[in-house]
Amino acid sequence: MRALWLAEGGEFVPPGAGDFFLPPIFGSVTKPMVLIVLSVVIISAFFLLASRRMQIVPGRFQYFAESVYDFGRNNIAREQIGSKDFLPFVPLILALFTFVLVNNIFGIIPIIQFPSFSHIGFPLALSLLVVYPVYHGMGFKRHGFIGYFKHQLFPPNVPKPIYILLTPIELFTKFIMNPITLAIRVFAAMFAGHLILMVFAIAGEFLLIEGSGALKGVSVVAFAFNIAMTFVEALIMVIQAYIFALLSANYIGQAMSSDH
Amino acid sequence: MLNTIVLAAEGEPNPVLPHTSEIILGLVAFLLLLFVLWKFAVPRFEAAYKERSEKIEGGIKKAEIAQAEAEKALQTYTAQLAEARAESARIRDDARLEAEQIKEELRVQAQEEAARIVAQGQAQLEAQRAQIVAELRADLGRTAVELASRIVGESLEDQARRSGTVDRFLDELDAVSAPANN
Repeated sequence: MRALWLAEGGEFVPPGAGDFFLPPIFGSVTKPMVLIVLSVVIISAFFLLASRRMQIVPGRFQYFAESVYDFGRNNIAREQIGSKDFLPFVPLILALFTFVLVNNIFGIIPIIQFPSFSHIGFPLALSLLVVYPVYHGMGFKRHGFIGYFKHQLFPPNVPKPIYILLTPIELFTKFIMNPITLAIRVFAAMFAGHLILMVFAIAGEFLLIEGSGALKGVSVVAFAFNIAMTFVEALIMVIQAYIFALLSANYIGQAMSSDH
Repeated sequence: MLNTIVLAAEGEPNPVLPHTSEIILGLVAFLLLLFVLWKFAVPRFEAAYKERSEKIEGGIKKAEIAQAEAEKALQTYTAQLAEARAESARIRDDARLEAEQIKEELRVQAQEEAARIVAQGQAQLEAQRAQIVAELRADLGRTAVELASRIVGESLEDQARRSGTVDRFLDELDAVSAPANN
């Protein structure tokens, strides 16, 4: 599609936001929508198959599934929420981590090649409608309505006049910015990463087709960079999934902490 | 493709504005996943972990219990052994004491017996001597009277006189011989 478009113009058009909004596959169903549903199917099938017959001494597949599970359970949930309260949140943290991870990885899987979280609607749905209500809800449940506001907006061990500055900042950070930044972080990383990959791919393609003589050879550099950036992207995709789950757990842990 | 051109022609869509449909789908899809994990996957994993840790802890606990039991048995045996030793020592002491007592008693008894036998012997001896002395006296008296009557020719029939004379004679004899013996 891109090649056709380029061939018509004969002039290099850099990829832009428009390339993230592909036409619907059928009806009003778009590619990211299909990918989101696919990710749910993949993750559910993975965990259900792995946990079908759990052995005391795990087999290879079970061991792999347990590694993923332990990462969400111990490294993220228990570290951030504390070993006293973390158990009820394990499903949430595990779901957040794997959901974001699989949808990000879609960006470098051949043929699929689209990170669904580069559409801001999905991370926003998670952060605004799942993580945000959960962590403030737990805070209110733990500390009471007034107590939670006091707990969140008036950190202890601070000189009284500083509260004039500190409290509005805390209010802004904790009740407005947290969910938005949580969503934007993963969205922007996926959006930018996909854009970079597209730039190198399309530029290489353009140089190969439209370039004259020696310029055709330069396309190799572009493709090489595309491959290198794909590895970097793979790293970023995993890290972003980890950060998303980590911060969610961190917010829950902070809301429920008693010493802060 | 047509759409892309149309979109491109209209200007780039704003990627920061979320689509409502995507928010709803994202939420529903995620909640579905969360439900599956919460309802099925996580409990199974947790159950497996619990079973595993119980198995390990159970083994450790079993070993600890066995060790504690062994320790207790050892203590019991040691205590019993010490008790038996003390008992035997006590019995030995008792026996020794008893033996000493018995020995002492026997010794006293033997001494008494010996003293009694000696006293009895002495008494018997004394009695026999007295008897012999009496018999000898009578014999001697009769013999002397007989001899005297034969010599004198005269029957000394008066009993009272006769015995009185003999006795007096003998007493005199005794008195004469006694100082000479001394």
